[in-house]
Amino acid sequence: MEDMLLYHRLQFAFTITFHYLFPQLTMGLALMIVWFKGKFLLSGDERWNHLAHFWMKIFALNFAMGVVTGIPMEFQFGTNWARFSELTGSVIGQTLAMEGMFSFFLESSFLALFLFGERRLGHKLHFLTGFLVFLGSWLSGLLIIATNAWMQHPVGFEILGNGKFVLTHFGALFSNPWLWPAYLHNQAASLVTTSFVIAAVGAFYLLNGRQVEYGKLMLRSGVIAGLISSVLVAFPTGDWSAKNVVKYQPVTFAAMEGLFETSEGGAEIVLIGQPNMLARKLDNKIAVPNVLSFLTFQRWHQPVQGLDQFDESLWPTNVPGLYYAYHIMVGLGTLFIVLMAVAAYYLARGSLFSRRGVLWALLMAFPFPYIANIAGWYTTELGRQPWLVYGLLPTAEGSSFMVSSGNTLFTLLGFVGLYFLLGLLSLLLAGRIVYKGPRA
Amino acid sequence: MELFWYVVLLSMLAMYMVLDGYDFGAGIVHLIFARNEADKRAIVNAIGPFWDANEVWLIASGGVLFFAFPMLYASSFSGFYLPLMIVLWLLIFRAIGIELRTFLDNRLWRVLWDASFGVSSLLLALFFGVAVGNIARGVNLGCVEDGVSHCDPQYFFLPLWNPTFDPRAEHLGVLDWFTVLIGLIGVISLFIHGSNWIIFKTNVSIKERLKQMAWRMNFVLTFLVILTLSLWHLIHPHPLRNFFVHPWLWVFPILTFSALAAMFRLRTFRSEHTGFLWSSLFLLSAFASTAAALYPAFLPSSNEVNPPLTPWNTAAGAYGLGVGMKWFIVAAVLVGIYMVVQYRVFSGKLDDSGYGTH
Repeated sequence: MEDMLLYHRLQFAFTITFHYLFPQLTMGLALMIVWFKGKFLLSGDERWNHLAHFWMKIFALNFAMGVVTGIPMEFQFGTNWARFSELTGSVIGQTLAMEGMFSFFLESSFLALFLFGERRLGHKLHFLTGFLVFLGSWLSGLLIIATNAWMQHPVGFEILGNGKFVLTHFGALFSNPWLWPAYLHNQAASLVTTSFVIAAVGAFYLLNGRQVEYGKLMLRSGVIAGLISSVLVAFPTGDWSAKNVVKYQPVTFAAMEGLFETSEGGAEIVLIGQPNMLARKLDNKIAVPNVLSFLTFQRWHQPVQGLDQFDESLWPTNVPGLYYAYHIMVGLGTLFIVLMAVAAYYLARGSLFSRRGVLWALLMAFPFPYIANIAGWYTTELGRQPWLVYGLLPTAEGSSFMVSSGNTLFTLLGFVGLYFLLGLLSLLLAGRIVYKGPRA
Repeated sequence: MELFWYVVLLSMLAMYMVLDGYDFGAGIVHLIFARNEADKRAIVNAIGPFWDANEVWLIASGGVLFFAFPMLYASSFSGFYLPLMIVLWLLIFRAIGIELRTFLDNRLWRVLWDASFGVSSLLLALFFGVAVGNIARGVNLGCVEDGVSHCDPQYFFLPLWNPTFDPRAEHLGVLDWFTVLIGLIGVISLFIHGSNWIIFKTNVSIKERLKQMAWRMNFVLTFLVILTLSLWHLIHPHPLRNFFVHPWLWVFPILTFSALAAMFRLRTFRSEHTGFLWSSLFLLSAFASTAAALYPAFLPSSNEVNPPLTPWNTAAGAYGLGVGMKWFIVAAVLVGIYMVVQYRVFSGKLDDSGYGTH
C-alpha cells in the first residue's frame, strides 16, 4: 500500500519535473522571438530576423519535447490519481479543459504557420502568428497555475456529502489570491531561464570568436532581459508569493525557513544549515538576526511562527526536502541578480564583449535557472504535502487504488528510460543547432 | 446538460479520429509503401503542418472528459492504465520520429526515425481500434467475481490480456478476439483514410499504386465490418434495441455502408479529395453507429451486478457544466477560425511545404 502511493508520487514528480524543463524555455523564448521579430519590423535590420530564425529552430525542438512530455501529464490525473480526479474534477476540470480548448489549439494551429509559413504569410502576418503562439503558451501557463493555485488555496467550491468537490463560483478560480503572484513569479522565472540561455549562447560565440556579430546581439538582449527578470522574480513577485505562504500555509513557511521554534522577538533568516529532524534544530547554522521578521512583516522584532506551533501531523511530509528546495531557489536567485548586474554594468560601460571572465561566467550559468525553477516548484509542491487539496484532501486518499504497485513501477521505469533518451536527443540536437549558428 | 456534453465529447473524439486518423494512415503508408526519399518527404510534409493540432483534439477531449464526466475519466483512465501508458509512449515515438528525421542529413538517422514514426503509427491505429472494441464490449465494473463486487462499483482494472482471449470471460483483458478484430478494422480503415489524404495533398510517385491498394483493402474492410456485425450479438444479446426504439438512428449505419460502397470507386474518382471525404464519412458514421448502439452507456458493464457508466451517473456538478457551456461555445468558434486559417494557408499540394527544413 505504501509502495503504491510512493510509485504514483514518484512517477508524477519525475514526469512533471522533466516536462517543465521545456515549457519554461518555450514561454520565455516565445516572448523573446516576438521581440526579435518586432525589432526587425521596426528597424528593417535583417540581423534581427536572422536572430529570430535561429531561435525558432531551438524553439521548435524545445516545443516538440514539451508537447510529447506534456501529453502524459494530462493523462496521469486519471491514470495515477483517479480518486483525486473523481473528487475534484468538477472544479479543476474547468481550468484543465480550458487549457486544452483555449491555449493548446491556439498554440498548435499557429505553430506550424509560425515555423514554416513565413514565405506564405509575409513578415507582418508572420509576426502575428508568433504573437499568437506566445499568447497560447502564456495562457497555458496561466490555466495550469490556476489549477495549482486551487490545490494550494481552494476557493469557490463546496463539498458534497459524498466527499465530492463541486464548483460554486467560477470567477473565484481566477480571483484566487494565490494565483496572480504565483503566475507572475513563474513567468518571470521562465524569462530568467530564457535570458540566461540566450546570454550563454552569445557568450559561447564571443569566446569562440565565431558568429561574433550575432553573439553580441544575443548578449545584449540576454543580459538586459536577464537583469530585469532576475529582479522581478525576487521583487515583487517572489515577495508576494512568500507572503501568501505565510498567510495561507504558515506551517509550510516555518518548514521552508527551517524555523523549528517560534522566535522570541525578531526571527533570524537562515543562509546555510542542515535540518536535523531528530534534534529538531538546524546543524551548522549561519543566520542573520531579525531579517526574516522584517522581510515577512516589515517589522524587525515581530515573532514568526515556528514548526513547534503546529501539530506534527500537519507538518509538510518532507521538511528537509522543502527547506533545501526553497534555499536552493532563493540562493540561486540572489546569485542571478548579482551576475546579471555585473554583466549589465560592463555592458553599459561598453566592455562586456572583451571581459572573458564574465563571458565564461555567463556561459557556465545557464543550467542554474533550470535548477532554480525546478527547486521553486518543489518548494510549492512539497510545501503542499501531505495534502492534494490543501487542508482538505490528503495525498494518501487521492491515488488510483485499482492500479497495483507493480504496474506503476513498470511504467515509472519505462518513463525513466524513455525520458533519458529524450534528454540525450534534446541536448545533442540543441547543441548542433547552436554549433552551426545563425549564419550557416 | 449531460446530453449536451455527451454529444460534445463524442463529437470531439470523432474529430480526433478523422484528423489524427489520416496522420496515422499516412504513417502506415510511409512505413509500408513509400520507397524513395522524395515520397517519404512528401508524406511527412502533407501532415507536417497539421499533426500537432490534430493531436490536440485528443488532449482537449481528455480535458473535456475530465471536466464534464470526472467519474468516467477517473474510472476509465485508471482501469485502462497499461494500454494508455503504451499509447503515450507510442505517441512520443511517433512525434519525435516526425520531428527529428530531418535534423541530420544522414541515411541511417532517417531510417531510424522513419521506422519510429511508421511503426508507432501502425500500432496506434491498432490500439485505438482496440480501445473502441473495449468500450463496445464493456468492462467488469466493480471487479465482480461470482456475483460479488470486489471494488467500488464504478472502478475496474484490465490487464493487457487474459490467456483465453475470450471477450465473454469473467476476467477480461484489453486484447481479446473481439477487440483485436476492431483493432484490425482500425488499421485497415485508417490506412485507406491516410492513403486518401496523401492522394489529396501530394503528387507522390506511388499515387496509382496507393489507389489500387486502398481499393483492395476496401474489400478486406467490408469483410471485417460484416464479420464484426455478425458476431456482435455474442457480446451484447440485443445489439439493435436502440435502433428499433429510435428508428432515425438507422441513418448512421446506412451512411456507413454507403461510404463503404462509394469507396469501391476510389480508383476512378475525378477529384482527388473525393476519396478523403468518403473515408471521413465512413469513420464518422461508423463511430456514431457504435455510440448509438451503446447509448446511454459510455462504458458498458460486462456483469449484471453493476450498472454501466452513463453521462448521468458520471457527470460533474450542474453549475460547473453550465458555466462551461458558455466558455466552450466561445472556444469552439475560435477553434473553427483557427482551422479555417490553417487549412487555407496550407491549401493545395504540400509535397514541398518545407516541413522540418529549418
